[in-house]
Amino acid sequence: MSATTPLRLSGESSLRAGRRLPGVDPLLLFAAVGLSLCSVVVLHALNGSAYYAGEYKRQAIFSGLGLLVALAISRFDYSRLREFRYVIYGLAIVLNLAVFAFPAPGGAAGASQRRIPLPGFTFQSSTFGMVLVILALSAFAVERSRRMSEHRTTARILLLGLVPAMVVMAEPDLGDALVYGVIAYAVLFFLGTSWKHLAALAALVLVATVAVLTVAPAVGVNVLHGYQRERLTTFLNPTCNTAKDTYCYQLEHGLIAIGSGQKTGTGPARASQATGGFLPQASSDFVFATLGEMYGFVGAAVVLSLYALLIWRTLRIVTMAKNLFGTLVAGSILAMLMFQIFVTVGMNMGIMPITGIPLPLMAYGGSSVITTFTAIGLLESIYVQARMSSAGKSLALTA
Amino acid sequence: MLGPSQAGSRTPPMTPQLALRVALAGGFALLMFAVIFFRLWFLQVLSGSQYAAQAQSNTVLQIPVGAPRGEIVDSSGQPLVQSVAVPSIQIAPRSLPGGGALLDLALKPPVVIPAADGAVFARLAKLLGVSTTAKPCTYTVYVANKGAESFHVPLAPIACQVAQSVAQSQYGNATIKTDVPTYIQDYIAERQAEFPGVLSQDTYVRKYALGNAGAQVFGYLGQITPAELKDKALYKGAVAGDVVGQSGLEAQYNQYLQGVDGAEGVKVNSQGQFEGYGKTAAPTPGDTLKLSLNAKLEQVGQQSLIRSIAANHASGADAGSFVAMDPQNGQIYAIGSVPSYNPASVVNGISTKEWAHLNNPSNHYPLLDRAIQSAGPDGSTFKVVTATAALQSGRWPLNGTFNDYPGRVFCVSGLCLHNAGGANYGVVDLQQAIEVSDDEFFYNLGVKLNGNPAVYPKGFPLQAWARRYGLGQLTGIDLPGEIPGEIGSPLLQTQLWKQERQCDTGTGLYKGHPPHPAVLSPLGDSIVSGGCGIANTSYWTVGDNLETGVGQYQDQLTPIQLAVVYAAVENGGTIVTPHVGAQILSPSGSVIQAIAPPPKRKLNINPTYLAAIQQGLYLAAKGPRGTSTDVMSSFPEPVHGKTGSAELGTQGSAGTDGWYACYVPASATSKPIVVVVEVQKGGYGTSSAAPVARQILSQWFFGKPGPMVGLG
Repeated sequence: MSATTPLRLSGESSLRAGRRLPGVDPLLLFAAVGLSLCSVVVLHALNGSAYYAGEYKRQAIFSGLGLLVALAISRFDYSRLREFRYVIYGLAIVLNLAVFAFPAPGGAAGASQRRIPLPGFTFQSSTFGMVLVILALSAFAVERSRRMSEHRTTARILLLGLVPAMVVMAEPDLGDALVYGVIAYAVLFFLGTSWKHLAALAALVLVATVAVLTVAPAVGVNVLHGYQRERLTTFLNPTCNTAKDTYCYQLEHGLIAIGSGQKTGTGPARASQATGGFLPQASSDFVFATLGEMYGFVGAAVVLSLYALLIWRTLRIVTMAKNLFGTLVAGSILAMLMFQIFVTVGMNMGIMPITGIPLPLMAYGGSSVITTFTAIGLLESIYVQARMSSAGKSLALTA
Repeated sequence: MLGPSQAGSRTPPMTPQLALRVALAGGFALLMFAVIFFRLWFLQVLSGSQYAAQAQSNTVLQIPVGAPRGEIVDSSGQPLVQSVAVPSIQIAPRSLPGGGALLDLALKPPVVIPAADGAVFARLAKLLGVSTTAKPCTYTVYVANKGAESFHVPLAPIACQVAQSVAQSQYGNATIKTDVPTYIQDYIAERQAEFPGVLSQDTYVRKYALGNAGAQVFGYLGQITPAELKDKALYKGAVAGDVVGQSGLEAQYNQYLQGVDGAEGVKVNSQGQFEGYGKTAAPTPGDTLKLSLNAKLEQVGQQSLIRSIAANHASGADAGSFVAMDPQNGQIYAIGSVPSYNPASVVNGISTKEWAHLNNPSNHYPLLDRAIQSAGPDGSTFKVVTATAALQSGRWPLNGTFNDYPGRVFCVSGLCLHNAGGANYGVVDLQQAIEVSDDEFFYNLGVKLNGNPAVYPKGFPLQAWARRYGLGQLTGIDLPGEIPGEIGSPLLQTQLWKQERQCDTGTGLYKGHPPHPAVLSPLGDSIVSGGCGIANTSYWTVGDNLETGVGQYQDQLTPIQLAVVYAAVENGGTIVTPHVGAQILSPSGSVIQAIAPPPKRKLNINPTYLAAIQQGLYLAAKGPRGTSTDVMSSFPEPVHGKTGSAELGTQGSAGTDGWYACYVPASATSKPIVVVVEVQKGGYGTSSAAPVARQILSQWFFGKPGPMVGLG
């Protein structure tokens, strides 16, 4: 498919006016579409349970929509987005602040305010904000690429990442806030920040984690809500009490669901843990456990292979990007995907803390699907632009 | 379309810095995928089956379906105890909301009923028309090494029933109401969300065909106690929460009668909401216990004994028991104890009030099965043992005579005794002595059978033959709680003297009890006054042996033991093992197991001697001077019977137990029977126990009790 209109937007492309725009990375697209299909299959299998009825249809619609968004974005030159970095950054903060303007679901005190209700769909700002933060931070980083080893650069990028992260944490959405942090770190990492700074940052994070989880509560300062702390630490305690501890229950039932799938799975009809309501959040946070129960090791391996393909193609795109902005955007998307995949899959298998991070493309949820497809679209755009520029160069060489 | 490698070849060279970092990121991703795949392999392939089992138990609840308890039928197959299904409402304490009602012995009170259950109880109370106001509620928990401990807590009736059930067992269901209309059952079954933990299912209750008759023999049921759970012999296969036999045949044959509870698999989600039915295991009904008992005989015995006790009220009669048995093999035809209780009143567990009533001394302990659990001196019925010992030991020749001349008083070592009523019977041989029950004749045997207690602490030929006849030992009847009784001997005397002194001073076994000061003789080996009355001397005297020989002094026999003795006299010396159970039948009626315990032993008694004793017994019932001739002479079967009038306390100051032991031998009938009747404080055996025995014999041989001859 070719679209000629965007070419006129790009100064570089106009040199080769009349040439076909290179195709998108088919393997990346294959991985994304494959995962979406897997998601719809799993959610369809869950359809029998009243808790998850109708979710597969909405997921299919969102995935289709997301695919269109991704293809559309791939037609544009992502580089132009650098110009709108202030708008994008502002939007990330405003959207995340906007959720406070709407009542929390159920109106209960203490409930999380994470969504903006739209007709037929509630929009989760913090999730979509990830892409915005990726673009904004990458753009700011490019600006300071000549002074990348300065303390100030590191500090500025970090600070710019921390502001929206703090807003998200206040919603409160600890999981997404962590993603923001990872994005900021990834931008620095691929920018080429000195190892010293990166190591210091990692150490800082480690110290902060220990402080927040153990030292601060001991001295009476509670940075995290009690449940947040429990969620992060439950997986370290394998003998926790499932009857009293919700997170332990979730952890335990995730394991039972995955384990009971054995080699080839129970099949949708006999997946008692997922469909019987034993597995909490079987279509979202614990969708990987549902997959594991229904389709066993074979099914889980297929999905994990698709994720591996997704990450491999993303890594490649990081290396291909025609400019630093592309490298940083692709690099931080890579970090975002890896963080989401490894933490969520690990959580389902009892080796990572319980966070509310969605499994990209698999977990039920429009905001997450659209966000991930937006990111895929950006990756494809970087790919297309890289191909175009290298084709242009080779043309110039052969001409 | 261009392949990626071709595209890669055209990308501009990366900086080495970026290449390193991309490689690091890629390496990290690879590492994570490796970890995840290994973990996945471990969970799904290596531990998969274990998780699958957990998943299975998560989803299907096993709702126990009680097995109907097996029937108890008499020898003709007539049901004596049946299980009848009644629609009931039960509560499964552990399925109640709020985590369920639990027992925590660390707490006071130990039964925890979550507040969340209150709403369920209130809804149920409204439906059943039960009060919801809290009333004093008592429940008992069993604490290891401490025994039972009762708690008094104000609770509404339903909560109280649940608490009592939980206190007994956390696993059993509490039956809230039986015989509920089915529409109430349906209402609850259809609204499980409103009534979590409430079960509407049929429960089985015991129905008793004979009313009070044989109640102690059949026994009652109750939820198994922690102590009973450890009893693997009697309660084999029982699990916590089971309702099991607590006494009598229900306990003895519990493992057969109980059956195997089934389970209804109910699929539930994590909220406990019903999602469908799973695998169901049908309950296996208990086996039928067929007895050798004859229902009609049992009833006649019971009614006749009640009449006799009433007629002898003047002499203090208040209780009694009877045994009718096949002397050839120990099959029991009838066995009963008076007073009795209505077993139907305890089918849903014994209420505190009922328990108090059953254990009030003024009600003479109706739970006691006197035929096997009450031992006392048996008076002259013991004389067959003495006669056997005297003849077999050669201390008395078969043709020997004793001159019981008019006015004779039997004196030995300064102790002078005479026959009942001061009677004298002239010159008597052994047969005649049994016929007239000549005490002085047997005192003489008692003296002849005595020996040196220092050489024979366990006794002399008399004690040896008592032991051979099975006295002082359990008969091995298939009923729990039998007591062995005892027979006077020098050894027993020593033991009793030790107890007496402990009792006098409040030490040893009697530690903590008030002392009963005794004035001792100068030698300190006998009691002059005071004391507990357990033993008066530390030493054995010839007088002790003399009294032992006539079923007095320290002799303690149960009616079932005496029946075994008379059976041995009838059958030529075989000590049978009495048994009530005859067969275990499957619910469809096929024989699973025949109950025929082998005889304990065969006594080697000279047939001539035995014939003489038998002749004496025949004369005692039929002879011109027989002690029970008044009662038995008109009975058209050759009854061999001996009366016994056992004096209680000093010279009968505490009343006289009336005994009668008799048999109709196999040589005279195709259905031989031995009957023993004891009327406690009934006075003379001939006027209290013998008339009951006659009615039992009449029912046995002629199918009707006939007149009550010689009563009172």
